[in-house]
Amino acid sequence: MANDKAQGVEGDLLVILRHGPHGTSWLREGLDAALVAAAFGRKVTLLFMGEGITALVPGQTSGPLGQKGTAPTLEMLEMYDIDTLLVEAEALERFGLTVEGLMLPVRAVAASQLPAVTADHSLVLTF
Amino acid sequence: MRYAILLMGAPYSSQAAHSALRFARALVGRGHRLEGVFFYHDGVHNAARLAAPPQDEPHLVDGWAALANEHGVPLQVCIAAALRRGLLDEREAARHGKQGHSIEPPFELTGLGQLLDLGLSCDRLVTFGP
Repeated sequence: MANDKAQGVEGDLLVILRHGPHGTSWLREGLDAALVAAAFGRKVTLLFMGEGITALVPGQTSGPLGQKGTAPTLEMLEMYDIDTLLVEAEALERFGLTVEGLMLPVRAVAASQLPAVTADHSLVLTF
Repeated sequence: MRYAILLMGAPYSSQAAHSALRFARALVGRGHRLEGVFFYHDGVHNAARLAAPPQDEPHLVDGWAALANEHGVPLQVCIAAALRRGLLDEREAARHGKQGHSIEPPFELTGLGQLLDLGLSCDRLVTFGP
């Protein structure tokens, strides 16, 4: 269920991640932007939307392509003080996932709340 | 207003690069200030100095260079995204022992920090992607 507390999430940078962890480099390059911003002391919020929420499914490894995968990067987020992770509630339902079943603590946000979330960030980057 | 552009689409693969360049031209034509163009993801291919499209098609690489030369718009290419895609300036080519280089001024290799500076300092950052 969506959480009303999503209103009031604010920061310098909102990174919206809309691609799954495998198949393209969108997710990795989006996370890179988030990590750099955090390293420069910016307050960063991540929003996983659509297929992007599959990045948070536990137990993923790098696989035969030799790519590093994104799970290790996601596990590092806390070290970079990126602790506001939002997921699109509708996407959770569509993919048959639950907040409790994801690899990191996240907050589900209803689509109707997303305009407020984007408005409360100075910069939005979508990957 | 003060604008910046983030381009993440490769030239000739999608409409993104064409639209971004036309938008850039429209901005300066209307008297707005374009503070910079940042090339990330597959957008870094827009900086390929060896691009040789058919003569009856718009030359996007030359188009960006002309924009920079005429209006002083910085063309900033993410170094991490560029290097792994084979886009190196002379300095990086030498550093990695490569015989040729594929990026030249006015394009410049830079870090993602520049994208954040651009985005946070301008009135609008407009993203073009596939």
